[in-house]
Amino acid sequence: MTSTLPSQPKNVDLAVNARPTALGRFGRFGGQYVPETLMPALEELERAASEAWQDKAFNDELNQLLKNYVGRATPLYEAKRLTKHYGTSNGGPRIWLKREDLNHTGAHKINNALGQALLAIRMGKQRIIAETGAGQHGVATATVCARFGLKCVIYMGEEDMRRQALNVFRMRLLGATVQPVTNGTATLKDATSEAIRDWVTNVETTHYILGSVAGPHPYPMLVRDFHAVIGQETKEQCKHAFGRLPDVLLACVGGGSNAMGLFHPFIENTSVRMIGVEAAGDGIATGRHAATITEGRIGVLHGAMSLLLQDSDGQVQEAHSISAGLDYPGVGPEHSYLREIGRAEYVAITDKEALNALQLVSELEGIIPALETAHAFAWLENLCPTLKPGTEIVINCSGRGDKDVNTVAEKLGSKI
Amino acid sequence: MPFLMAGDPDLKTSSEIMLKLEEKGADIIELGIPYSDPLADGPVIQLAASRALSGGTTPSGVFNMLSALKEKLSIPVIIFTYSNLLFNRGMECFCDEAAQAGAAGLVIPDLPIDEAEKLSPIAEARGLDLVLLVAPTTPEERMKRISMSSKGFTYLVSVTGVTGERSVLQERVGCLVKQIKECCTTPVAVGFGISDPKHVRQVRSWGADGAIVGSALVKRIFNSKPGHEVDEAGDFCLELREATG
Repeated sequence: MTSTLPSQPKNVDLAVNARPTALGRFGRFGGQYVPETLMPALEELERAASEAWQDKAFNDELNQLLKNYVGRATPLYEAKRLTKHYGTSNGGPRIWLKREDLNHTGAHKINNALGQALLAIRMGKQRIIAETGAGQHGVATATVCARFGLKCVIYMGEEDMRRQALNVFRMRLLGATVQPVTNGTATLKDATSEAIRDWVTNVETTHYILGSVAGPHPYPMLVRDFHAVIGQETKEQCKHAFGRLPDVLLACVGGGSNAMGLFHPFIENTSVRMIGVEAAGDGIATGRHAATITEGRIGVLHGAMSLLLQDSDGQVQEAHSISAGLDYPGVGPEHSYLREIGRAEYVAITDKEALNALQLVSELEGIIPALETAHAFAWLENLCPTLKPGTEIVINCSGRGDKDVNTVAEKLGSKI
Repeated sequence: MPFLMAGDPDLKTSSEIMLKLEEKGADIIELGIPYSDPLADGPVIQLAASRALSGGTTPSGVFNMLSALKEKLSIPVIIFTYSNLLFNRGMECFCDEAAQAGAAGLVIPDLPIDEAEKLSPIAEARGLDLVLLVAPTTPEERMKRISMSSKGFTYLVSVTGVTGERSVLQERVGCLVKQIKECCTTPVAVGFGISDPKHVRQVRSWGADGAIVGSALVKRIFNSKPGHEVDEAGDFCLELREATG
């Protein structure tokens, strides 16, 4: 069981300008482990992003689209029945949901896809590629490409295309080409590798909208910064709702984009406890899981040094999770860093626990969360009994579960 | 310079192929240690790596095979693999093992110059040349910096893309060879997409010192009748050798 004390890292610089350093490092994590062909493009992207953030016109356009196209700000919703469910006679913690599931396309992913599409346009790139696991990032990317008239190719593992058939159809409806990836485990890891290979080949005309806080610098920073709006809004909304900072932030972690977006504006507020929930698949002990931070060792995958599920020789291992979006053997380098310096805690939830949580939240709140998001909800079972009454918890309700209905029905033995 | 994937179809055959390549005129052999997620490789070498891994090939196995060849093989062997295999063993340990096995150098395609700074002195202290890559997208100043730091030779990637056969080589490769030659004396070898004697002749005419042939050879080995891999590789190597005039 994790302690209830807030994390108080010693002797580390939590300031934004130290995360990452100029070299793209979060402590010993991060960096740029990519073929030379991509190095100029990464530099160009870093420059374009830093210029864009300085440019009022860019910020105005982004904010206007976030408001009128995406539907931000998303509500901070008090989950009263869930709070009651975990309450005791002397109270219990209060549970709030940051409703990223209410964004256009049904998940937080569009915050980043939109921002990067605007950057691509600034850089004069008319062709967009992306990888996707659950399909949420693919749908978000296909959506913004349709919105701006950009050519769009989405790489998706064949196994994930089967699990997320609905999202595949949505992407095609939006005019994107969905390119099946059959090598390796035919999941997110292989889709990402294939997207990087496409980028190496077409880098002069193409922008790669990487969908998580993973990959080579500047992506972990760039994707985090586009999602930081989640945490910024949360901070304001908490002040409004209960007059202070929240006590606990809870979010699921695959690559870690929704968690990083929520955590980022709170990192220097060390009274705020941050918990990332990974996928334990069939259970950590079975070896069939995707709990990278819990079980991984330091290594390089897809251009960044971070924690990684790998065998004794350094070959990347297959990850397992019921949730396609968490089924990834790597994790964003900043999460590895936050864990190493003790600023954030990371725990893991099995497929079964996530399924139970999905049903519970559906029944108690009338909100069907995505299977990914259900992992964060599931941790409430372990967390709530350890908290003092009056503790304010914010869960990032990162996506809605419509896409998962077939998987859930299959697991519960129902036919649709 | 032929490239082959160690362990495809098996380490014993790889070792015989290497001896045959020397006999048929190879100057340097580039030996791939298979990795699960080879970002810089096209389908032919990806599949070769998967086959080698399924056959149980490990870095230790490759080093043992190489050690056993020490007395028999006189041309240099350069190891081609990805950074995670180095970090997993520790850079010092990996370089120790590679040097003890008799390797002459390393090519790590996902370790650009900025990330290679730590590895460079470690490799050098063990007598290993850390070969750096230049791509068609590399700006001129950076290209100079890379070719000055590269040891043994500079590996010029001939295409913006992953490894694999191409029907034509881009003319701009000729200019790149010239640019590198102008800024330093390190030899230049061209790789990625070089797949037949015609390409080798072209690369020679541009003034490059070496041509690296990977996917085409890996495919030829894979398509050989079982038991004929060594001879097929040798025949192909001879065709390429003859093209260098």
